[in-house]
Parts: sequence; structure tokens; C-alpha cells
Amino acid sequence: MTAVTASDMPVRPLHAPAVLKEAGLTAFVVLLLAIGLVGFETVDVSAGIALRTRFGDVAAAVVIAFLGRIVLILQREGRNRIVLVAMAIVSALLAIALFGSTIGKWAEIPALRDFQHLLPFKDPLLSWLILIVALYFAMRAARGLHHATRPLSAEERDARLDRAGARAQRVGRWLGPLLLLLAIALPFVANRQIIDIATLVTTYVMLGWGLNIVVGLAGLLDLGYVAFYAVGAYSYALLALKAGLSFWICLPFAGMMSATAGVLLGFPVLRLRGDYLAIVTLGFGEMIRIILLNWYTFTGGPNGLSGIPRPSFFGLPFSPDAPEGHQTFFTFFGLDYSPQARIIFLYYLILALALITNLFTLRIRRLPIGRAWEALREDEIACRSLGMNPRNTKLTAFGIGAMFAGFAGSFFATRQGFISPESFTFIESAVILAIVVLGGMGSQVGVVFAAIVLIGFPEFFRELQQYRMLAFGGAMVLIMLWRPAGLLAHREPTIKLGSGRYAERSRT
Amino acid sequence: MSAAMATAEETRILLGVEHLTMRFGGLLAVDDVSFVAHDREITAIIGPNGAGKTTVFNCLTGFYKPSVGRLMLHHPKGPLLLEQMDGFRINKDAGIARTFQNIRLFPNMSVLENLIVAQHNRLMRASGFTFLGLIGYQGYARAERQAVELAKYWLDKVNLMERADWNAGSLPYGAQRRLEIARAMCTQPVLLCLDEPAAGLNPHESAELNELLIHIRDNERIGLLLIEHDMGVVMEISDHIVVLDHGRKISDGSPEFVRNDDAVIRAYLGEEEEEELPPEVKQDLEGEVR
Repeated sequence: MTAVTASDMPVRPLHAPAVLKEAGLTAFVVLLLAIGLVGFETVDVSAGIALRTRFGDVAAAVVIAFLGRIVLILQREGRNRIVLVAMAIVSALLAIALFGSTIGKWAEIPALRDFQHLLPFKDPLLSWLILIVALYFAMRAARGLHHATRPLSAEERDARLDRAGARAQRVGRWLGPLLLLLAIALPFVANRQIIDIATLVTTYVMLGWGLNIVVGLAGLLDLGYVAFYAVGAYSYALLALKAGLSFWICLPFAGMMSATAGVLLGFPVLRLRGDYLAIVTLGFGEMIRIILLNWYTFTGGPNGLSGIPRPSFFGLPFSPDAPEGHQTFFTFFGLDYSPQARIIFLYYLILALALITNLFTLRIRRLPIGRAWEALREDEIACRSLGMNPRNTKLTAFGIGAMFAGFAGSFFATRQGFISPESFTFIESAVILAIVVLGGMGSQVGVVFAAIVLIGFPEFFRELQQYRMLAFGGAMVLIMLWRPAGLLAHREPTIKLGSGRYAERSRT
Repeated sequence: MSAAMATAEETRILLGVEHLTMRFGGLLAVDDVSFVAHDREITAIIGPNGAGKTTVFNCLTGFYKPSVGRLMLHHPKGPLLLEQMDGFRINKDAGIARTFQNIRLFPNMSVLENLIVAQHNRLMRASGFTFLGLIGYQGYARAERQAVELAKYWLDKVNLMERADWNAGSLPYGAQRRLEIARAMCTQPVLLCLDEPAAGLNPHESAELNELLIHIRDNERIGLLLIEHDMGVVMEISDHIVVLDHGRKISDGSPEFVRNDDAVIRAYLGEEEEEELPPEVKQDLEGEVR
């Protein structure tokens, strides 16, 4: 990207063959990708599954990539006027077709409904996406015409994003409590589906916060975090099923078991860093899953464990009727039975557990062990020269991170009532890690947003599920390009002289 | 001269290095080196490139296990054999702090945090190994306040008070060097080992560094051991110089003695060439001037 302003950039003549070659190359790459990813679809038919082709969509994708690349080239060469006009036409056509077909469907006007044949893809949501992109380019071109702005250099963009991160963190001070209030109020306003999704998202927020201790603070790249989640879930399930202990007694046990597993994993990997550590933890995660799968007599193998006791309100079950001599939650409080109550209780339970994780992390960051974790992330050799025991410091990070996964795991088990090794595959670890990385390593608010984006949105847009991994990968690539440290990666010092507790003493 | 000042007081042996030998496979990096360093004195180890200075340092500070030899530290609490201690205990129990030739700060943490992390072990105990700290134990708050006071004392000494909340990585090169010394001092050592503290400093900063080191010797009353190439620094502030060449000790004595020692002149001073600075140092130097 050039650093000269658009106004003093001479408008170079465009060589049509070069432009066509570049655009053709892009279209070719898209063709290669799309033919496999989009071109074939497996569909359920009565005799099993069959392949269905969608070559129309492939062709549309290739054409759009070809034209889109030309637009990008034009924009790069400063031909803002052409881009603006082209994008305006494209957006207008798309908008007419989209609105027309939507209204037509809604008001049952066949003439208008037929507009949908104008759309490039069968799925209207993709057309909406193209409309948005077209409008964005039109806006950029218009701005380019207006201000003759030059593209930002990488440093400027970095500085700008870092300022945004700092601002977000300041905003976080009141945004955090606001989000919390919203989260507390949610069950009173939302329906069951939303509460279910919120419970799921909060579980991942908690897992993200737990992994943040290991990855964000201590800088130990852990790809097998789901193993501790599994240990927690199975600890609770087995203790509850075989020993008949209640959820509240099992919870600390499950945390302890997971923490022990974390420390046990920590020992052999003490000397490893970065990629090597990631590979070993990945292997450990698979090991745990395979043990659960094969230890048939103890864990139920692939059949899993079912009939896991549901949580009770400190001994009062959420059931319509209680065994003789016992009370239910409803009879105790003199309420009518409502099946919703348990859902709401589960939601508040995970919310409380997640908040405990968050408060713990915020607090421990200001304690010597938290600072030691961060220092270890920065430079292990310097830590050693300052008399810090790197072994113990790493092991505590692994152990505490794993403990929170264990808590989340026992919650998962009690919520589902059924667990099997299938719930603890590598993809779960990858999603949790993606939440941490996307949110910004070490950023607590970032984890919440990333969990909402990565977990909540796919739940709401179930009909787009086949594009989920595509969007996931795309988002990751964009983050790598623009913000390798994560969205909200601004780090505030844990202790300050300038403004804070030690301020007045320092201004002498 | 500062050397005269120091001899006015009786100093005792702080560190005794006996027959230190370090082999890396077939390479004999340090060959039967023995010397002593006194308390409240600045002992300099000099020698041409590849003489084994940094290897001696790494043995002393627990980064290497010596092949042969004894490293005896006469700690106020009793003698300690350094070669038998785990890396981190050299600082924690023996009280030896060090700086690095290529600065090793915690670049994404603030200057103040760097100095607080250096007091890790003391704060760890005060926070009841985290458990008391988590529940808001008052003793920990007090300990943290003391830690900040100590950090401020050293921030003042190294002229970084104004930049206490900066990221350590964003400081200019000279300031990073000073911060590393302050961080080492925050561990409250009995012996401070400095690996080329003047490398890449301009003459003004170099003079400030001399002042700082002399202050540490006279006010903190600890021993200093330094590796240095800058002869101006070495001759001006050292009380005692050990000269290494090709892993062997070739001279040992006061600056005057060493300066006039034929072996040293032959091996080192006589052959001194204009040294090529590493490119990043050069760049930093230019940055400083600008």
C-alpha cells in the first residue's frame, strides 16, 4: 500500500490484460475452493444420503470474486468514481431484488416474489452480505472522493486499534456492571430458548476466562483444555451416580480432580514452550478422551453416563413432586410448579460460577502469583534470575486454569444429565482457545464478546450452520491480519504510580 | 579515586571462585579460573571477546553447572556452595542478582511492575502464598506498600520516576539498562552481577552508570561483579580487576596493577581494535542522540 495521498497520486493508466489476469487468478482460486466447499452438498433422502450439486452457486461465487477483485484493483488505483458508480448500481439492484422478493413473499404478490430469481444465491442471507459489502465499498469510494484520504499504514492502524482497545477497557468499567445487570435481568424478559442460549454462552465465557489464566496470563498455549472440562464433568457424574453425593459437595471435588489433572499434565511439559507445549497438550486432551472412551466398565465408554442427577436448590429438587417426607423447591417456597424454574436456576448457577472465575482472575492479577504468571509469559530466564520458581509458577497456572474447567464441567454434566466422550473433542478446545485469542489474550471483556460472537450467533442463526466454519476461519484470518493480539488486547498495568493508590505519595 | 576510598574500610571476602572449569563438549570455555570478590567492592572481569567472561557469570548465577570447581558465597547467614543450587535459588536463597548482556526486562509490563515482580518471594510470603491475599488480608496490602516504596527508591535512583507507568519495552535503550539494574537491586541482593552494563550507552549515560554503581557499592554495602568492555568504566570504578583470555586467568589485581601488566597489554589492551557494535545497539545509540 502506498503512503502518498490520493490527490497527489497520479492516476496511472490501467492495463486491461494485467487487471484481467489478476482478477482471473482470484476467480480461479475461488473456483478451486468453492467447487469442493459449495459445489457439493449431502442431503438426506429416504435411502440414506445423496449428493446434490450447487454449481449455480459456484458460478455466482466465481463471477462475484472476479468482479470484486476488479473493484478492489480500481479502488487501489484511485478510480473512486467508477467504483462508486458501480457499487451504487450493484447495491441498488440487489436492494430492489431483496426487498422486492421479501415484500412479495410477505404480501403474496407473485410478480414481486419473482425478483428472487435475480439474486445470485438461493440463500437470501448471502445476498444481504454482498449488499453490505457493496455498500461498504461505495462508502469508502465516496469518502475517498470527498477527502482524498490515503490508506492507513499498519502502524497507524495498530495505534488506532490500540487506542480503541484502551477506550474499550475504560468503557469496560461501566460496561461490565451493565452487562452483569443485563445478564441478571435476562430470565425475567427472555423466553426459554434465549435463556438456553445464554446458559451455553455463559459456560463458554467461564471456560474462556479459565483458559485465559493459562494462555492469556501465563502465556502457556494449551490446546487440550477440554480435557479438564471432561475430567470435571466425569468426576461429578461418577461421584453423583456411584456415591450419591449432591452437586454442591461434588463441585469442589470435581474442581480438585481437574486441578490435579492440570498439575499432572504440567509436570512433563515444564520445559516446553510455544508450539511444542501446544502439541503435547493437544495429545493430552486426546488421551483423556480416549481413556474415557475405552474404560468401558468405569466411564460407560461411548455410551456415556446418563441419568446424572439434576442440581437441587441446596437440597430442594426442581421436580413436580417429591418423595415422601421431602419437599420440593416449589412446596418449600409455596410456589406453583413451573418447568422454567430449573432452566432459570441453571442459568443463574453458571452465571455465578463464571463471575467467581472472573473476580478470581481480576484479583489474582494483582497478587504476586498473577504478576509472576505475566512475567513468566514475558521472559522465563529473567524470572529465574529474580529468584522466582518457574516450576511452581507454571504448575499453579495449569492447576488453577484446570480447576475452573472442572467447575464448568460439572455444571455441564448436571445441566445435560448425560455426558459422553463425544462432548469433549478437540474442536471444543479449539473453540475455547479461539474465544480467548479473538477476545484479546488477557482481556476479560473481550472473552465475553468473543463468546457471544462465536457461540451465541451460530445458535441464533442455525439455518446458516453450513457456513459456520467458513465464517469462523474467515474471522480468524482477519484477526491474524489486523489484530494479531486479539480484539481488545490493551493491557492496563496492575499497579500504578501516576494515578491510583500510590499517587499522592509519588507527587513529592 | 574511589579505589582508595573503599580500602579505608576492612572488606571481607564475599565470593570465592576456586578452579572453575566449564567444558561444552570439546570446547574448554573456562579453564581453571580462581579469584575472589570482596564485599563492598567492585570487581570487574575483563578480557577480549570469547575469553569466557559470560560463561563465568552464567556459572555463578546458576544458568550453567560448572564441570569442575567450587563457587563459595560467604553469605551473612553462612557459606553457600553455589554450584549445588537450583537456578532460581541463586537469587532466592543466596542473594545473587544479575543483569543480562542483551537486556531481559518484561517488556509488556510497566516499569513499576517490573520492580514489583522482582520482590516476588517476599510478596508471596506476605500474601500467604496467595491464599491470604485472595481474601484481602491486610498484611499483604502493607507488604505491597513497602514493595512500592522500595521500587520508588530505586526508580528515583535510576531517574525513572516519571516513567513508572510506561511499558518497560517502550523505554529507550539506556533507560532499559538502568531499569534492569534497579530491578536486580529490588531483590535486595548481597552480590550484584552486571553483564556489560555500559554496552551501548553514550558517554553521558556511562558517567551516570558509574555514579549509580558507586552509590550501590557505598550505600547498599554489597559486592558488585561486572563484565565490561568499556575501559573507561572499568578503570574508573573498579576496585579489583580479573583479566581472562581464552578461558584462563592472566592477571588479577588493582586497576593500576592490571593496567601495567605485560600479559594484559599483550593479550588485550595492546591488540585492542575498534569494536564493531551490533546493529541493534548502533540503532539504539542513534536513537538516543536524536
